[in-house]
Amino acid sequence: MLRRYSVHLILATLGGLVVYLAYNEYLGLYYLSVLMFMGVNIILSSSLNLVNGYMGEFSCGHAGFMCVGAYVASVLGVWLFARDRVFGAPVLDPEYALYAFPVIILAGGIAAALAGLLVAFPSYKTRGDYLAIITIAANYIIISAIENMSAIGGSRGFMGMKGVINAMEDTIYLPWMPIWVFIFTIFSVWVIRRYVSSTFGKGVNAISQDEVAAEIMSVNTNKIKTITFMLSSGLAGIGGGLFAYILGYVNPGSFNILKSTEIMVMVYLGGMGSLSGSILAAILFTILLELLRPLQIIKWIVIPLVLIILMQFRPEGIMGNRELGQTFPRLKKFYRFK
Amino acid sequence: MQQVQQQTTSDPILEIRGLTQNFGGLRAVSDFNVTLAGKQLTGLIGPNGAGKTTVFNLVSGFYQPSEGQILVDGVPTAGLKPHKVTALGVARTFQNIRLWNDMSVMDNIRVAQHYRLGYGFFHSAVRSKRYRQREEEIAREATELLEIFELKKYADEYPRNLPYGTQRKLEIARALSIHPKLLLLDEPAAGLNSSDIHELIRLIRWIHDRFDVTIWMIEHHMDVMMELCTHIKVIDFGQTIAEGTPDDIRNHPAVVTAYLGDDKI
Ligand SMILES: Nc1ncnc2c1ncn2[C@@H]1O[C@H](COP(=O)(O)OP(=O)(O)OP(=O)(O)O)[C@@H](O)[C@H]1O
Ligand SMILES: [Mg+2]
Repeated sequence: MLRRYSVHLILATLGGLVVYLAYNEYLGLYYLSVLMFMGVNIILSSSLNLVNGYMGEFSCGHAGFMCVGAYVASVLGVWLFARDRVFGAPVLDPEYALYAFPVIILAGGIAAALAGLLVAFPSYKTRGDYLAIITIAANYIIISAIENMSAIGGSRGFMGMKGVINAMEDTIYLPWMPIWVFIFTIFSVWVIRRYVSSTFGKGVNAISQDEVAAEIMSVNTNKIKTITFMLSSGLAGIGGGLFAYILGYVNPGSFNILKSTEIMVMVYLGGMGSLSGSILAAILFTILLELLRPLQIIKWIVIPLVLIILMQFRPEGIMGNRELGQTFPRLKKFYRFK
Repeated sequence: MQQVQQQTTSDPILEIRGLTQNFGGLRAVSDFNVTLAGKQLTGLIGPNGAGKTTVFNLVSGFYQPSEGQILVDGVPTAGLKPHKVTALGVARTFQNIRLWNDMSVMDNIRVAQHYRLGYGFFHSAVRSKRYRQREEEIAREATELLEIFELKKYADEYPRNLPYGTQRKLEIARALSIHPKLLLLDEPAAGLNSSDIHELIRLIRWIHDRFDVTIWMIEHHMDVMMELCTHIKVIDFGQTIAEGTPDDIRNHPAVVTAYLGDDKI
């Protein structure tokens, strides 16, 4: 009984604690935003792991999908619920912002999932290095498209999301952003976990190991690839939406290849095909980034260096191909995660 | 040549008419014809590079034929993706074992059930009743299958850790988990030692007795073919050069010429 609900219990306690601390302002704005970026990074790394780890493809354009989610969610939210230079008065009563917010974030996710088709269709015929190049191209296409939309700020960026958050807080005074980040992080990990552990989702792993055998043993490989790319980019879009609202400002430049690389570093740090690895790596990486912040640009010497050292001495990442429960079987007695 | 076969059903499971496959300038298969019906156990032999595997690849939908027609259970397979052909009831093994090596033995069987999964992404995410029911059935049937193949003790092992002969057996078990009407075996004895080969002959005979399946196999070990097949087709450079009972084949002048210098026969 306790084993069955221990994960729920831990998560509820953790979430409750953070919200409580934030509500009473025991937790400074800085620490709170680091925690929120941790959540976003967990979403990004675990969703990229779906493609790069479980499916064995090499996507280098994850930030592009994040960008789609960020812009769709931001523009939609500001247009509906905030006063803005471009859109003027809010279209809907800001009182509803709170209830509409998850829908707005999901809408960003859906748009990003559709953008994922940009990579999914070529993947039917293309693999490996060639598909990797296509993912980079997709990343550039998305960024350039947005840079050229002057209505939403073009390369100068887009803001006004604070207005939506204020509208939520005016309705019920709670630290809404940490709450939503927390909920969506759990949602993402939970969906991925359920997908890859089902017989249906194991088709993803079969494709990674031997695509010909998968197709001939009755796996509809094109369908699985489409779903996997769409799920991965869709979740990246959700992460992007949250990222935009946490910052209160987005510009296309923050979703370039450098950002994609950052997400990739997390996946390889954690271990390919290990969900717990991706989560752990996202947490560590977020902390590392904060610790290195004073170094400014030198940060981008230290982080790649970490990657080189990692690839030299532990190329399989922190967790390798395994999950927490496999590495520490005794832990299994205490939790069950489905 | 007469087809001396026990025709149990009249409808052919597999009918191939005028099958031709060109790879650039190379004609790998040329005007190939065959009809398999009932519970036959038929062989396909020929020297290296004769086009045997290509015929199997064409049947399983891996290539689209340059010319000719393939009908599985009366359904033309032209334009069908391999997974669709498999769903029609064609399962196969590969010349070089193609198991999913980083997935447990049990999962190797489970993934092969995609053609009749009966649920999709949404069900897997919400863990609906249908999902739970199907997963339970699949797990149960997979366990039963592993049990009758005496592979149950390896259920949680990775295939690459198993002895070579056991991997071959697992690949055959995985193919049978699809409940095929037609089973294609591409050189199942390749790489096996002589005791494994005896085991394999017993296994194939047992499968042939126990399951309602037509078996078509490629093999270089003539003793295996002589022992198992009732009918053998011989091809060379993509062309059929002889067919008949194992005894007919053994002494056929064209076969002897084709294999001249090839010490496998
Ligand atoms: N995809 C392909 N592209 C080009 N040529 C091919 C292709 N597949 C097979 N071939 C050629 O077609 C011919 C027949 O090959 P196939 O693999 O069918 O022979 P086989 O009878 O199975 O031989 P073996 O006994 O060595 O397995 C060979 O010359 C081979 O090189
Ligand atoms: Mg061959």
